[in-house]
Amino acid sequence: MKKVIMGNHAISYGVRAAEVKVISAYPITPQTQVVELLSEMCASGEIDAKFIKVESEHSAMAAVVGASAAGSRAFTATSSQGLLLMHEMLHWAVGARLPIVLANINRAVGPPWSIWTDQNDSLSQRDVGWLQIYCESNQETQDTVVQAFKIAETVMLPVMLVFDAFFLSHTFEIVDIIEKEKVREFLPPYEAKIRIESGTSHSFGNLAGPDSYMEFRYMIQKAMEESREVIQRVDKDFEKHFGRSYGLIQPYRCDDAEVILVTSGTVASTARAVIDEMRDEGVKIGSLKVRVLRPFPFEEIFEVLSRAKKVAVIDRNISFGHHGIFFQEIKSALYGRTDVPIAGYITGLGGRDVTPAVIREIADKAMHDKSPERNINWIGVKL
Amino acid sequence: MRPAVIPTDEFMTSGHLACQGCGATQAMRYALKGLGPKTALVIPACCWSVIDGPYPHSAVKLPIFHTAFETGAVTAAGLKAGLEMRGDTETVVLAWAGDGGTFDIGIQSLSGAAERNDDIIYCCYDNEAYMNTGIQRSSATPPGAWTTTTPVSNYKKRPKKNMIDIMAAHAIPYIATASVAYPQDIVEKFRKARGIKGTRFIQILAPCPTGWKLAPELSVASARQAVTSRVFPILEITENGRRLSVWKDFEPTPFRDYIAMQGRFRHLKDDEIAGLEAENEATWQRLLAKEKMLANLPGLES
Repeated sequence: MKKVIMGNHAISYGVRAAEVKVISAYPITPQTQVVELLSEMCASGEIDAKFIKVESEHSAMAAVVGASAAGSRAFTATSSQGLLLMHEMLHWAVGARLPIVLANINRAVGPPWSIWTDQNDSLSQRDVGWLQIYCESNQETQDTVVQAFKIAETVMLPVMLVFDAFFLSHTFEIVDIIEKEKVREFLPPYEAKIRIESGTSHSFGNLAGPDSYMEFRYMIQKAMEESREVIQRVDKDFEKHFGRSYGLIQPYRCDDAEVILVTSGTVASTARAVIDEMRDEGVKIGSLKVRVLRPFPFEEIFEVLSRAKKVAVIDRNISFGHHGIFFQEIKSALYGRTDVPIAGYITGLGGRDVTPAVIREIADKAMHDKSPERNINWIGVKL
Repeated sequence: MRPAVIPTDEFMTSGHLACQGCGATQAMRYALKGLGPKTALVIPACCWSVIDGPYPHSAVKLPIFHTAFETGAVTAAGLKAGLEMRGDTETVVLAWAGDGGTFDIGIQSLSGAAERNDDIIYCCYDNEAYMNTGIQRSSATPPGAWTTTTPVSNYKKRPKKNMIDIMAAHAIPYIATASVAYPQDIVEKFRKARGIKGTRFIQILAPCPTGWKLAPELSVASARQAVTSRVFPILEITENGRRLSVWKDFEPTPFRDYIAMQGRFRHLKDDEIAGLEAENEATWQRLLAKEKMLANLPGLES
């Protein structure tokens, strides 16, 4: 059934379709509608789940950690400060190898207070060991919730799906709502191989000395590497069931492109419109949306970008003292393998609009600047 | 205090990593005897994170989920919800935390769980300081005590936080204190708590010979004297905070004797001990007055 719904409700419908058993969350703008609709769905019996309404995001993550350790499918949603407060427990979910799914609505971090979008909240959690999937449309967010549980429960790592505050969270789009009856075949009930249960005496997470700790870390990395293939397999399977797929990355008109703009989130949609416009003018330009940041798709990205003459990475985030974070990542895929010139562009922080004109400016700079500041170019900053 | 038969079942094994005379191991042993085999534990950072033993060993014959310092109560609540959604309504989930994880860093998530009346048993084994990290003061450290962060030249002056009053303010169905000197009472209280639904809070005084500067063989004696000198009253609060019952059926012993046993109070001068003694007596009298007051007010049933 198709419905016009806001991005946040698309998440709730995804959670309903995945038949999540335990939800725990704490309210934060712009995430609230996700959990409001889930509360209603739990109250009406539309979802057979327990909803633990906790006193902080830190506790929200701890609650789903406990629920998942018991072998129940568990979900939470947050944003910005909330995600940062969860940080310790994000690590815990990884170390305990729990297949939790979290939806993070990208919101800038204070101070100064901002409720508008940028990616520094999720990117500051880049190295905790969660898979990170950046979504672009309401349909994709709903579908990715369902995919995420299948991926998580296969590799036993938690998955964070990420999307832009307001540009997606509060924007209404047509979504083909998937029903749980149809999902069951794609995503069967979660059966943990090992879990907390009476009659056993496993101690989860107890003291590991220097002679055993490192091996646990090695296994997490192995699972991450394996997840690259799992994500694609799950995506293909999803396509078989529902007719939609998303991939690790999404190249757009890149085949003969001389210039490629690297994007993520809703900027990807705006960029495609600009690409079409410039193509009409005869410019050989394309875009590459990075959907999955962890595990990082080195090969897929290299394959697309190594054919270009220039690469411009658009970052709605910054690693202070270094560069844009996607820019850092993309460089690591190309390092030592190609000398294609690559430049980074920072824009749209704190929800500043990344309009077609902004993307056009970046494309023009990338094409025409004789010596662009290779590492960091600020677009639209008022100096 | 009713005598109870202590079950012969053992859920703790030898080979644990506790210090000699550790009250926390005695507390665990008797608590689990009271709860029985259908029990799962959640242990936030505390001495017991170490006592349980290194991977792949465990000194407890029940499932344990080790969790972060401030999340004992809420991880237990999540675990309970997860078990119930799998159809297991029988297993009781016990959050087992030290005083730091309860009085200080874990109080927020504990308050949250208690306010929701999440169906868990929360036990604080109270050894009155951060013992696992090497004896630093917590808000459970009693006035007058030396710790490594309250040196004798600037020992702790503020009273011990009244965790029982804080929990009672949450109107939860069962609150109790116990002391490792009275194992039958521990067994009885955990057995009782098992039969109640909702958040149940039990605080056990668990002497730490290392941190209290006490001979290990005096661990149980000090736990007994804490009760008989009325430093650590044994009580139960039922009917969602409407009833308080304080155990008084013991031969009182001098406050000074309790203090004198422990090296952590050795620096105190006579007048300082007298001041603490007077405050201890006043606190005990306030507790009795409260018991009397509540007895004259309507209970949950009326």
